[in-house]
Order: sequence, then C-alpha cells, then structure tokens
Amino acid sequence: MKKIYVNEQWCLGCRLCEYYCAFAGTGERDMARALAGMKIHPRMRIEEKDGISFAVSCRHCKDALCVKSCITGALTVTDGMVAIDQDRCVGCCTCVLVCPFGAVASTAHGVMQKCELCVQSSAGTPACVRGCPNGAIVFEERGAAR
Amino acid sequence: MKYVIIGNSAAGIGAVQGIRQVDPHGDITIVTHEPHHTYSRPLISYLLQGKTTRDSMKYRPDDFYAAHNCALLHGEVTQVSAGQVTLADGSTLAYDKLLVGTGASPVVPPIEGLDSVPNRFTFTTLDDALALEAALDPSKRVLIIGAGLVGLKCAEGILKRVEQVTVADLAPQILPAILDAESAAQVQAHLESHGVAFALGQPAQPSNEYDIVVLAVGQRPNTALLQGIAQIEQGIVVNDKSETTAANIYAAGDCTQTIDIASGQSKVMALLPNAFLQGECAGINMAGGNASFGKAIPMNAVGFFGLHIVTAGNYTGEVYTAPGKKLFHSGNRLNGFMLIGDVDKAGIYTSLIREQTPLDSIDFALICETPGLMAFTREHRQKTLGGEPT
Amino acid sequence: MGINWIYPEHEVVRNRDRCINCRVCERQCANEVHEYLSEHDKMVCDDAKCVNCHRCVSLCPTRALKIIPSGNTYRPNSNWTNRTINELYRQADTGGVLLSSMGCPQRYPVYFEKILLNASQVTNPSIDPLREPMESKVSLGARPRDIQRDENGRMINNLPPQISLSMPVMFSAMSYGSISYNAHESLARAAQELGILYNTGEGGLHEDFYEYGANTIVQVASGRFGVHSAYLNSGAAIEIKMGQGAKPGIGGHLPGTKIVGDISRTRMIPEGSDAISPAPHHDIYSIEDLRQLVYSLKTVTGHKKPVIVKIAAVHNVTAIASGIARSGADIIAIDGFRGGSGATPTRIRDNVGIPIELALASVDQRLRDEGIRDNVSIIVGGSIRSSADVVKAVALGADCVYIGTSALMALGCHLCRSCHAGKCNWGIATQEPQLTRRLNPDIGHRRLVNLMNAWRHEIKEMMGGMGINSIESLKGNRSMLRGIGLNEKELEILGIRHAGE
Repeated sequence: MKKIYVNEQWCLGCRLCEYYCAFAGTGERDMARALAGMKIHPRMRIEEKDGISFAVSCRHCKDALCVKSCITGALTVTDGMVAIDQDRCVGCCTCVLVCPFGAVASTAHGVMQKCELCVQSSAGTPACVRGCPNGAIVFEERGAAR
Repeated sequence: MKYVIIGNSAAGIGAVQGIRQVDPHGDITIVTHEPHHTYSRPLISYLLQGKTTRDSMKYRPDDFYAAHNCALLHGEVTQVSAGQVTLADGSTLAYDKLLVGTGASPVVPPIEGLDSVPNRFTFTTLDDALALEAALDPSKRVLIIGAGLVGLKCAEGILKRVEQVTVADLAPQILPAILDAESAAQVQAHLESHGVAFALGQPAQPSNEYDIVVLAVGQRPNTALLQGIAQIEQGIVVNDKSETTAANIYAAGDCTQTIDIASGQSKVMALLPNAFLQGECAGINMAGGNASFGKAIPMNAVGFFGLHIVTAGNYTGEVYTAPGKKLFHSGNRLNGFMLIGDVDKAGIYTSLIREQTPLDSIDFALICETPGLMAFTREHRQKTLGGEPT
Repeated sequence: MGINWIYPEHEVVRNRDRCINCRVCERQCANEVHEYLSEHDKMVCDDAKCVNCHRCVSLCPTRALKIIPSGNTYRPNSNWTNRTINELYRQADTGGVLLSSMGCPQRYPVYFEKILLNASQVTNPSIDPLREPMESKVSLGARPRDIQRDENGRMINNLPPQISLSMPVMFSAMSYGSISYNAHESLARAAQELGILYNTGEGGLHEDFYEYGANTIVQVASGRFGVHSAYLNSGAAIEIKMGQGAKPGIGGHLPGTKIVGDISRTRMIPEGSDAISPAPHHDIYSIEDLRQLVYSLKTVTGHKKPVIVKIAAVHNVTAIASGIARSGADIIAIDGFRGGSGATPTRIRDNVGIPIELALASVDQRLRDEGIRDNVSIIVGGSIRSSADVVKAVALGADCVYIGTSALMALGCHLCRSCHAGKCNWGIATQEPQLTRRLNPDIGHRRLVNLMNAWRHEIKEMMGGMGINSIESLKGNRSMLRGIGLNEKELEILGIRHAGE
C-alpha cells in the first residue's frame, strides 16, 4: 500500500505541508479564503531545530497502538490505513498518550485528528506531498520491497 | 477448537480479535451477564454528560460478532472447571481454551450514614449509569465518595444535571493514584472553578443533606471464578502470554495482575488499553500463535472540562519539572511522567518508558523541554519516518 | 538614511486579502526580506534587501506576493539612467569594483532574434519527425583528412577520439564551488540520462561524481585546481579554459570563505585559502605553448580523449580559432559576451567581448577558408535560450552548443543575478547547507531532462519543417537562415541573406 514517507535530507522547514494539509480538510477551493486569520491544526506537523527539520504524520503502523488503545473504537484500521471516526471520538487523548510519533493531535473542537492520507479530500496524492516543493515528502509503495 | 470467553468488554473483544488473527474458524462463545452489545465502560460518564450516545459508545460496530464469527451468550458463569464452564441456569459450555475477562467490581465499604441517603449508586457499568441517570434532577444534591478517576469523571458527567456535586475522599488530595499533591491541587482548582465541591482528608459524611450518593472508592478484581484453580494474589496472576497458572485458562484485563515494566512489580493495572492488548495477546496464544504482552505500564489519559491529564509509569527517581509537566527518571531510564494541560506528543514519553530507551542515546535535555522525534538520532528518524513502522 | 541611501529597485507587493501569515516567505528568504510581527499578527517586508529571486513568489501558497519595479526614479535622463547613477553612487560610497553575476543584461543586439528559419513548401517536402526517422545525434572531434587503407584494401580506422552526443547540446562549465554539490549532481545525472555531457568547470571533480565520467568534460583552467592524472582520465574529454564570455581577459576568484570541506579537498587547496585563477595561463603565451599543453594532456590520457580549447568571443576570435585549430586541439569552444558567471566585474561583463552569433559565423567561415574546418568541431555558448537558438547556431556552423544559464534556470534559477552574494535562495550558487538542500537532485535532474527532451522535440520539428532529417545536414547550412533588420555588414559577417532575398 502507498504511504507517506519523509526524507529529512530534503526538508526545508518551509511548512507548506502543514498549510496544504490544513487546507485539504476545509473543502474550500481557495486557500486564502479557507485559512485567512485562522490558527491551523494540520495533521502533518513539522519539527524543527538548529537547521534540522522534518515532517511528522501518522505512520499507519501495522500494529497500531492507538487503535488498540482507543477507548471508544473510533480508531480503526482499514486496508492498512489507520482512520478515525470523529463522531465516536470523545477527545480523551489516550491515542496521544500511546502514539510513539506524536502523530495524533487535538482539533480546535476537542476531538482528535490524524493523517488519513487525504482519502476523503483529494484524488490520488495527499495534499502535503503535492505541496512539498522539494520532494521531502513522498507517497509511494515501499513495504513490498522490504 | 472451542474458545470460551467470559466477559464482553475490552479484554474479551481483544481476545476475539487475537484468536481470529490466527484461527479463522474455531468456535468462539462470549459469555456476558450484561444485556448489551460491547460498550466502552469509560464512556459512561460521557453518556451522562451528553458527549456520546448509547449507539456511539459501542466499543465495536454492530456487525462485530457476525464479522468475527462468534456467538454472544447472555448469562452468568458460576463455575469454571477443567474443560467446561457452568452457567447460572445449570447449562455447561465446553472449552479447549478459556479466557477469563471478568473485570473488576466496585468496592462498597461500610460507611456510617450511608443509609440516610435515599439513592445509592456505584459507577462502573452502563446499567449503573442508567440507574444513576434515572435519579438525576436539577434539584438533586449529590455526594460522590472517592476522588479517583471514576468519582471525578462521574462528577463531570452529572454536574450540569444536578444542583450540586460534592466529592469526598479520605485522602487529602484528588487522584492520588496518578497525581502528586501539587498537580492534584491544580486539577482540583480547575474542577472547583467549574463548580465541583470537595470534602477531602476526612471520612465521607453522607447525610440527609444529599439526595444521591455515588460510591467510587475503588474496585476489586473479579477473581472468584478461578479461586482454587489458579494462582490469585490481588488479581489473577498471569504471565506475559496472558496464561494463568491453570492449564488452558487465560486471563486478561482488570481482573488480572501483571508485571509493570516501569517498576518491575506485578500489579493490577486496570486500564482499557492494557485490557485490550492483554486480551489480544491471550487470543493469539489461545489459537496457537505466539504473542507476548511484555510492555504493560500503568498509564492514564483523562480530561475534566477541557483540561487534559495524561500520566504513565511510576513516579520514582529524579524529577524534571516544568509548568504542567513532571518527568521522573533514574538509571538512564524514564520511569514515569505527568502532563497537565498541554499533552501534545505525550506518547513519545510513553514510548521511552515502554521501550526502556537509554536516555543517553537521545537528547534528553531537549526531549524534557519538547517531546519530539528531534531528540532521536537521524538514523532512528530515517527508520521511523522513512521506513515501515511495526 | 544618510547620503548613501539608494532607493530599492524592487518592491515586494503583498496582497493582504490573500496573505494568511503562513510565513513561508519569511522562512524561505535568505536575504531576510520578510518578517512576521507577532504582536501585530502581520507580515512586513524590507524591499531594500530583496534581490528579486522570486523564491517567495513561487512558494507562496495563496499567490499573495508579487515583485514589481519600485518605480522610484531620478529625473529622467536618457544618458544618465537610474542604473548608471546608482552605480556611480555605490562606487563613490565604497571605492570598489562593481560585481555582478550571470550574463550581460544590457540592450545590445541579440542576433538570434534577427535571424529567421526557413521551411519547405511544395518542393523538397518537409518531414514529420513523429513518423519518419530523424537523427539528432552528433559526434564532436577532429575529422580524418583522408581515407587510409591496409594492404588488403580495408579501411583503417584513423578516426581521432570523439565525443558522441544524443543531441547537439551540452551543459557548460560551472565549477563545484561556484555552484552547489546538488546542482552538480543534477547536471551529472541529467547528462547521463540524456546521453550528453556536463562540464566540471575549474573546480575539480568531487569523488562522488567519478561514476558519471563517461558524461563528464573535465576542465583544466589557469588555476589548475583539482587537476591530477585520475581526474584527467576520468572524463570523456578535457577542456582547456583560456577564457570565459562573461569576463574575457580576466581570471577568477573564489573567496577563501567558500573553500571549505569537500570544496577544499576537490580543488586540492587548503581550507580558507582564496582560489585565484590567473587571467592568463602562465605557461601559455602563444599557440605553440597551447599546443604543448594540448599534447601534455593527450599524453596523460593516452590520446584517447578529445581536447577542447575554450575561449571567449573577442575581437580577433577568428585568428585565435585558426591557431587553435592548428594546435592539435580537437574541439574549439567559443563563449559569447552574454555568457554567465558566478561573479564578474560589472564593467567587464557589460562591455567586453562580442556576440556569439557573429563570432561563430566568422570563425566557421575562416576555418573553411583556410581548409582546416575539419581539424576541429565548434561548440558555442553564451546565451543559448531556446531550441530555436540551437538550430540557428548549428545552421551558422556550430557542431554543438553549451548551455549554462538555461540549465540553471531548469534547476530553479530566476536570474536575480546575485550569485556573487552566495545566498542563492534556490540552492544553486551557494554552499550554505540550509540553502543547498533546497535543490533536490531527484527533482533537478528530472527538470533538466525534461527541458532537453522538449528542446530535442522542437529541434526535430524545425529541422523537419526545413526538410532536413539530421543535424549533420543542418550544420553550416546558412541557406536556411535569413536576416531581419540587419545591415549589409552584419549580413556579410553572418554569411546570410536578408529576409525576402
């Protein structure tokens, strides 16, 4: 299955991925209209320090602790992708407590969110991958080769 | 292969999922005395608060039993013997492998004056919650005995639906199992600012000032079924394969005690995530697979009126303190942490405890300040962000 | 501001309705033009620092930015232009030589724009390159003067060493040091994929790139940096750099601050020491001296590799080329006055040398007249901007062209002409790790390959239109060219007739 992979060698820390991610969830056609004056809550987030930067989003673990730990059953694995049903989530943060990557985080309205590979909002390639100017985030098949 | 699972909560469901990973065809029967589809027990306070519904609090979808080809039997197991269990109606069920996931029951200690309150409840099951809900009324004054997680979540759940909620505890602080006094005071102040009253550090005094009392002083593992059959201390003793000391009998969840790798001690860790993981491990092993649940640690994620609290591990060793944060470490290992308020990326700390990561292999000073993958080596990140995580 | 204040040339215009304060512009500008004021929750910019490289414009996710001429002007004067006045003020302020980068931007004639191509109508039918074979391959090197046969009458292969190219375009010399490791990797990988050559420039060859040797021209310049036997033998050809179109008659200077790490090792000079390329080669004061170096290099490489001599297009270029064609060199490369540079004195760049079109036409004619055209192949560079320029250059007599600026533009260069500042926001003309990583060679090499593939398609279309099916038949075929708006002398030098003739 295709997944998002990050190569920090090429990450510029520009944070375009964060904005394209936040935009992808809005359903608007124009980013300026969608995000003007807003604090964004992207599902992909950059860590940055002393010239090193890289994007972190859900790794869609095979043995996902968040799914197994979720107290509501809101987190599930479907075809290798970890998905969240925000209608079931009560925002207890157990997933935050167990995710070893820090890839699940709170939305503005209390429930949790995480990368779902843009399956809802775009065709084919996730928004962060399309928005990355330097190929630091790619969407490809790697599992089979290993 | 015949599997019998006693209990329809996280451990039992975990066992079903575990069995089906290995054995797609064996007969699975889940026996539960509760007349409900599997539901999440911690959500009962959210139900009263209106943050979830009977339907959304189902722990697994409606088609779970059908999809996993297992039978759900509503009844009460009264006796376990080798190869079969006996139900209250006298019928028996044969098993090749048995999972005991009986959970825990609230402790009801003798408390003076309790009889003076007309409505008395415990707060563990959905039926408890529904019974309590039926008694709620904006004119009611409620006394909750026990300032632990159950008592406080109950307080949050019903606060808006009654006139007054008072939480009493013999201990001088709230949440003594997961917070130190200082952090507890911070959370208590937050709860008080939302209108919860406290009577701490003294015996609870139920009286006719109250219309409702909720007993939340603790719970005790339900071990009776294995009495004399398997080793029992505080809970049913299981190893890292979720095996009890009795042949073909496994146990998981709140009724068990297991090794906490953060402290090395065997203890009851009544937590939903652990129950599921332990149940899944049991299921895989019951079906002939080989799984080990060796990374159990005490941990909790809870929130009250928007204030998140996450904790894990044990509070021993040196302490790193920052506003809303305490990290406990010794011997090059992180032992435990508490975070109040900003809990973002807490799982990175949890993983340090769970994986027993040597702290000198990462930038510990940095990770104390900000949990993140930045504190790890580039090679580690290459593996996690550029490779296939397990 | 003081009396030395010069109003910024460009103004960064931010559309407040579209800006979402994402701060991408701030993070991407090495010149620190943009700044986020947290207390006011707004972005501000300092136009004075802007070099108009368009990094922010390109990456702005909401199209909130554009850069326009600031419009500030002195009292209009056709003689004393704003630019002339500002340069004068700068020099009055600093007492220094003005530095620039890339090619001459001044309004001299561009002859390629005054030459039109022919196409077939009715007779000599045109060729559809998608349906019929069309040869874009070229081979560079000296041609044998006569056919030799052995005692059995079989032809003896007396072909001197050649470079074989899939199309008549190569990437011109740009040193590792003047451009980044990632830029070099992009060029090397693209050359390999395309079946053409790139050129090390005078900075030596990084050990990582020896694997691209079959697609590499190794350069020997007056500083002789990084030159050793393994280096000379690693490439497909050797180029002796006598001159450069952007700075004819002068040498080069890479400051010691850039001689660090791999660059120091590759150039074989100590870290921190200035890399000074003298204006002349101090062992070459005549064609005879040049011949010695040509043969030294051939000896080192077992006479297996063609030797290129690169010169800047200057006034007596024909006589120099004639000498080179007799020096034993296999190929002459001529760099016109519009050619680029990572740093050059402004006055030299803008005032020295001649247009490549005129130099090419006259050199080709001179070598033909002297009967020595087959001694050498001719490569021309100095602002080849499109496939049409390539076709016109070949028709004027070139065997192949060099592209430098065009290649850099494929890698992201926006011609801000600030290479000499070392803070290239596109990760090309810089050695700062934070900036060089902006050029991912996976993307860079792909874009170069795209550009060349596009040009090859266009070249074939234009040739097909003329009824020509190989580069070889186009070469020197000046009957396919007509001048427009040129005077008699210009037409004479170019060797073409005027449109309508």
